[in-house]
Amino acid sequence: MIANYGYKDGSGEFFIRIDTDKCDGCGKCVDVCSSGVLEVRENDFDPLEEKMIAAVTEEHRKKIKYSCAPCKPSKGYTTLPCVEACTKDAIIHSW
Amino acid sequence: MVTAGIDLGAKTIKVIILDNGNILIRKIGLAGFESKKAAEDLFNKALSDTGIKKEEISEIVATGAGKEEVEFATKKVTEVTAGAKGAVFLFPSAKTVIDVGAEEGRSIRCDETGKVIDFAVNEKCAAGAGAFTEAMARALEVKLEEFGRISLKSTKTIPMNAQCAVFAESEVVSLLHAKTPKEDIARAVHDAIASRITSMARKVGFEKDIVLIGGVARNAGFIDSLKREIDMDILIPEEPEFVCALGAALIGKK
Amino acid sequence: MEKEYWKWKEYNWKDEDIDWKTGDIISAGVDVGSVSSQAVIMVDGKLFAYSNMRTGSDSPESARKAMDWALENTGLQLKDIQYVVGTGYGRVNVPFANRTITEIACHARGANFMYGPTIRTIIDMGGQDCKAIHCDERGKVTNFLMNDKCAAGTGRGMEVFADLLSVPIEDVGRMSFEVDEEPEPVSSTCVVFAKSEATGLLRKGWHKNKVLAAYCSAMAHRIVTLLERIGVEKDFCITGGIAKNIGVVKRLQKELGVDILETTYDTQIAGALGAALFAKALIEKSRK
Repeated sequence: MIANYGYKDGSGEFFIRIDTDKCDGCGKCVDVCSSGVLEVRENDFDPLEEKMIAAVTEEHRKKIKYSCAPCKPSKGYTTLPCVEACTKDAIIHSW
Repeated sequence: MVTAGIDLGAKTIKVIILDNGNILIRKIGLAGFESKKAAEDLFNKALSDTGIKKEEISEIVATGAGKEEVEFATKKVTEVTAGAKGAVFLFPSAKTVIDVGAEEGRSIRCDETGKVIDFAVNEKCAAGAGAFTEAMARALEVKLEEFGRISLKSTKTIPMNAQCAVFAESEVVSLLHAKTPKEDIARAVHDAIASRITSMARKVGFEKDIVLIGGVARNAGFIDSLKREIDMDILIPEEPEFVCALGAALIGKK
Repeated sequence: MEKEYWKWKEYNWKDEDIDWKTGDIISAGVDVGSVSSQAVIMVDGKLFAYSNMRTGSDSPESARKAMDWALENTGLQLKDIQYVVGTGYGRVNVPFANRTITEIACHARGANFMYGPTIRTIIDMGGQDCKAIHCDERGKVTNFLMNDKCAAGTGRGMEVFADLLSVPIEDVGRMSFEVDEEPEPVSSTCVVFAKSEATGLLRKGWHKNKVLAAYCSAMAHRIVTLLERIGVEKDFCITGGIAKNIGVVKRLQKELGVDILETTYDTQIAGALGAALFAKALIEKSRK
């Protein structure tokens, strides 16, 4: 499953996309995120199967434009720590 | 040399006429739905009040969201350029300018000449602009001036979950139904918008001194929340809504 | 008191042909949304009864009311229901639920039941959110996005307009077609700014219907841009309250150029229906 967390409002589109088929729930992305945007939790999008997946926390889901700002190119980053940490290439930022 | 600055904002129009850096007149009026005509009327009123003829003005500089509608302007500048220029003129120590208007929020980093180094804008979404506080004041049935004042009486922090102004309105109404004091709701609203403005401003960083301009700088509740949020002192000009118009007029002088 | 134009009517329904006493599995789903709440009762995987009500300020109370109303005149009691799944924005506040499941999974499952296994793309337009979901032939989610941060493209946004123009919400769709020519969509995305834009248009002398047309078309466009992110795969359906607004649905269909599948089921119960289906699946799983 492709999970798109985030939003589109008047100011633009801000989504973090996680491929749950690739994600193995290792949690490396969670450890490297300085804003605490990510967590590993049960895949409740498929209640009949039990699997742990990385997901965007409820707290940050509606403000990732701001929460992710510390890692965006204006701060000197060329790659994003969470994307870099994922050995399965399961995470993509849309902006 | 006489120059004029016109700031046609989303809600109000501001006109300033300068004579060698001295303010001859300041005028403010509602933009309404015929903002083109409203701008012209307000400008003519400023002229007749000062007795200056249009021909005597060497440059009429327009800024603001509706600057393209000011047909009689001789020059147009962005709100970012004008805001930085005006703020540095009033406070030469200004390095960060936060501008919160009715429909937009901006954060600008500039040098000592008022030249823009970097900026961030929040537009096209009411959540980070004065429209947010206005809508909440309406939902609480409190006058806007009163709204800022009562917020200062609160010492309680209640989180607001909704980001969107429309959703926040329903949240405010349910807080009211739950018998939450209006003071505490007002503070929650100001905390919410201050937190969004801060997040936006963080993109360009904070360097002292910080100046707050725009109509929302008249709201004491918002100022209080913003100070708490960024934990730094904030300078506020006497006529904060005129700073962009002032900056525009100053740019005309060059 | 002023008339509240955004308010829609509450109702319940039951299938007279089903005798629950002969049923083996009785399951239920309760969808507590931000604006409306539904309860669905199923007997052996068949839709038996449901209700649709406004969510009050107290979510547990709203869940209970919706359930009571669905049970009304069925002879069933809450204790007869073997498993209840709670879903929706207020799902943690369903006191009698055996477990909660996210509304995205429930909507996909519900749509699969309502529209059949060929459904691949679901747009759910709720009161305070808009969801775009892809699912497989079993109703399992394969891709989704949810926008609940911003009121644009949600039922709440439409309610704001119905109120502004003093038009009953049920009439918005029909009235939006009573125009000489289709106007340009309202240009502001933000509902607050769109509202001021609409006030300006009214002052310019625009007829109410024309303003409604401009807003319905802006809303359709908004959904199209959301869909761009996940793409549209046939078959395509719309669930949620706005599926009942032809002003948005027809314009959306035109802009997308894809047929929108219709159903005889009530589009607002998709989430609760999916929850009831999961409840049934969970009973079956526990019996194995």
